[in-house]
Formats: sequence, C-alpha cells, structure tokens
Amino acid sequence: MALSTRHLLGIKDLNKADIELIFETADNFKTVLNRPIKKVPSLRDVTIANIFFENSTRTRLSFELAEKRLSADVVNFAASSSSVSKGETLIDTVNNILAMKVDMVVMRHPYAGAGIFLSKHVKAQIVNAGDGAHEHPTQALLDAFSIRERYGDVAGKKVVIVGDILHSRVALSNILCLKQLGAEVMVCGPTTLIPKYIGSLGVKVEHNLIKALNWCDVANMLRIQLERQDIKYFPSLREYTMLYGLNKQILDGLNKEITVMHPGPINRGVEITSDVADSKQSIILDQVENGVAIRMAVLYLLAGQAV
Amino acid sequence: MQNLTLLDGQKFQITIQRLCRQLIENHNDFSGTVLIGIQPRGIYLAKRVADELRKILPESNIQQGDLDITFYRDDFRRQGSPLVPNQTKIDFIIEGKKVVMMDDVLWTGRTIRAAMDAMQAFGRPEKVELLALVDRRYSRHIPVAADYVGIEVDSIASQKVVVSWKETDGEDRIVLVSEVKEE
Repeated sequence: MALSTRHLLGIKDLNKADIELIFETADNFKTVLNRPIKKVPSLRDVTIANIFFENSTRTRLSFELAEKRLSADVVNFAASSSSVSKGETLIDTVNNILAMKVDMVVMRHPYAGAGIFLSKHVKAQIVNAGDGAHEHPTQALLDAFSIRERYGDVAGKKVVIVGDILHSRVALSNILCLKQLGAEVMVCGPTTLIPKYIGSLGVKVEHNLIKALNWCDVANMLRIQLERQDIKYFPSLREYTMLYGLNKQILDGLNKEITVMHPGPINRGVEITSDVADSKQSIILDQVENGVAIRMAVLYLLAGQAV
Repeated sequence: MQNLTLLDGQKFQITIQRLCRQLIENHNDFSGTVLIGIQPRGIYLAKRVADELRKILPESNIQQGDLDITFYRDDFRRQGSPLVPNQTKIDFIIEGKKVVMMDDVLWTGRTIRAAMDAMQAFGRPEKVELLALVDRRYSRHIPVAADYVGIEVDSIASQKVVVSWKETDGEDRIVLVSEVKEE
C-alpha cells in the first residue's frame, strides 16, 4: 500500500483511500506515542528540513516531534533569521539546503501555491505545512482524525466551520477532506468573510451561529486572521464576538451536545470563551496530540516511497 | 507451483504440544514469563501455544501479546512502497520478565532482529528466548538461532514456507511451496 502522491501539497491531491491509509497508519503511531519509549527507528536514514517562512508554534513543534519520534535527522530554518532577508529567491534557498543532502522539505509559506511551485523545481519530497490562504493538509487530516476518534466515523457527521473562512487555509483543506470522507459541511460567518463561490465546493452557508450550531455535530471555531486582512471586514472585534463568538451559555442552550474544535492559536474571548475551550465538549488538546501521530504517518508513508 | 506438505493434522498438534512441554520444562508455572507473537503470522502460533498451556496448566496465568515490527524493519525505503503496520497489543510490562518470542517461520533472522528492537519499547526483559514452528536451516542473514523448534526444513531462497491455522485458515498445515519455472 502506498499513497497516490509523492508530495503532500494539499488535500486536493489525496483520494479517499489515501486518507484512510494515513488514518490507519496514524492509529499505530498513536499507540507508539503512548508507550514509555515513544521512538521508532523507521526514518533513521532520512534527513528532513523544516522551512518556515511564516510564524508557527504548534505546526512546527508537531512536525519536529513527529520527525524525531521517527528517528529522522532534522534541520530547522526560520526565514526571519536567514538569507531570505538578503534577497535570495525561494528556489535558491531550497536548492542550497538540498545541496546539503536533505530528502524531504516541510514548508510553510505566506503565498498560496508555494509548495506546488517548489515541487516542480526541486528533487526533494515536499510537505505543505500551510501555504497562504490556500491549504493546510496535515491540519485537516488531524481534524478529521479527531472527529473519527470521537465518533468512530466521519461519514454522515455534520461539521460547521465558523469564522474567517475567506482567509483560512484550514477551512479549505477541512472542507475538501471532510467531503472526501462523506461528512456534511457548513460554513458560518459574516458575509464579508465567506468567499462568494464557496457553495461550489458543496458546502452549506449559514450566517446565524445558533442555527448553524443546532444543525451540527461538530463545530470547528476558526481564528480571525487579522494579519491577512488588508481592509476592515467587520465593524469591530467586539461585534464579531457578539455575533459569532461561542460561549458557555450558547453551548448549553443547544438542543444537543456538540463537539468543539479549534485549530489554534486560540484568541480566548474572541471566537471562543475560556470556559468553552476548557470544557469537556472541547477536543482542542486531543487535536494537538493527534497532530503528531498524523504527521508521523504522513512522513512515514511519503518517505517509504523514495528508494 | 508445486506444494509439498511438511506437517499437518495430528502430527501438527503433537508438535505444538511438544513445544508446550519444552516450555514448561524451562518456565515452570509461567509466573515470570510472557509469550509474544510477532505480527502478522506469529500471533496465531502464540495464541495456540498459550491456549494449550492454559489447558495443561489451568492454575497458571499465561500472559500473551502481539508485537508489530513494521517500524523497526531494516528494509524501509528499500522496497517499492511502505509496509502497512499491524496492531501491537501488549498490555503488560516486560521489564524483568522472561520473554518467549514466537514466529511461525524463522528464515533470514531479520524479523527477529527487528523484534528485539521493537520489544525494548516495553522494558528490559531478563531473558529473551525464541520459539519457531519452522526453522529454515542454513538460510540465516544474521546470527540468530531458535531455542525451541517445531520442525527443521532445508529449502532454497525461491521456495516459500506457508503455515495455515485451523482458527483462521480452516486447517493446520505447513506447506513448502516451490515456483515451477515455465519452459
């Protein structure tokens, strides 16, 4: 069994069998991670470069831990402290890193399609750790994996993604992944933050948070990506919170018990209040735990192809 | 394809029972011993041996687990595609225990090397022994020897030894499969 793709650039390139293979492999890595010795020697002759042109805590740490738990050699690179600020191009930067015999590149970049571009010009295998507002495949995989863990299956589940859909790579990857697995997906947010043609992806659109929450089994609360917003999309953050923030009162008033997710980082008191984030309906920390297992599975399956 | 049955029926069962009695000679009531079957095919052997031991020693507590070695293999990235792992199910600590590893066929010995690596994640055993139902002699790639052997077989690399189990395949049988070259 092997993945149908040599790189992981987006969920778009994966079929249902690929996603299921990743989940089955991740199940096994999750048991490894719960042992006293959490390391396996699979990738001991593989070198991986983590190249981050954009800030990250969770994703970078999660990838680095996944790589180390697989015994890969890891080099880290942050654009802010590198020659990129001296005017080097992306291909030059990566080719220089590859000249030092690196097999795989995990890259985050502020521009959509950066990973796809790179995969056409360099020899290494590329794993996209987020490219602009385009895709964040490993986040979508770990989100769906967490839903599967909670409910046993993703198919038939109703998932609402709430917030800044327009600027979110998590939203697009999540929609593609959940649809592949047979879930129903709805997006919810202010009109200005919902892309105009989102319906063509086969998702429902709802502007009323309470209606959306009463419909769903799982609510994935996204952060407002102020750093990507070049103009004002809504009058004030306080007004956004009043209309689209999830608090305990709303959660308890719903007609059923839903599961709350968040890809992090959380802006407590904006899209989600502390008592919701820390409630037992929230699986935010399970998502983080599953992130390492999912990334181990992706790296293991990709590295296994290259002979 | 040419198939030669090496062992089946009652003789198969007698071999299993002999292995069980050899184990009892060395491990008494199994209070400090655990049995570990190596995935994917060694687990049936371990289950059968554990079941037989429970019949012979109804008073004792026989602990048995399944160990997957996929992530510890030495041929990763040397095959066409990555191997899909099986489940590891060991719900006891092997620290300070005597471990009897079991696999249906002992051939190159590489699986056993990987299994010894994999086992370390569950503690440091006092002693490790190896039980193989079939020992394909003179074909080792690394210096590994079994402590308990069901039958010994002389075979060449192009042949395969296939063990079937009553529980999963309908019958107990060990078959030597040879590929016949087409003229």
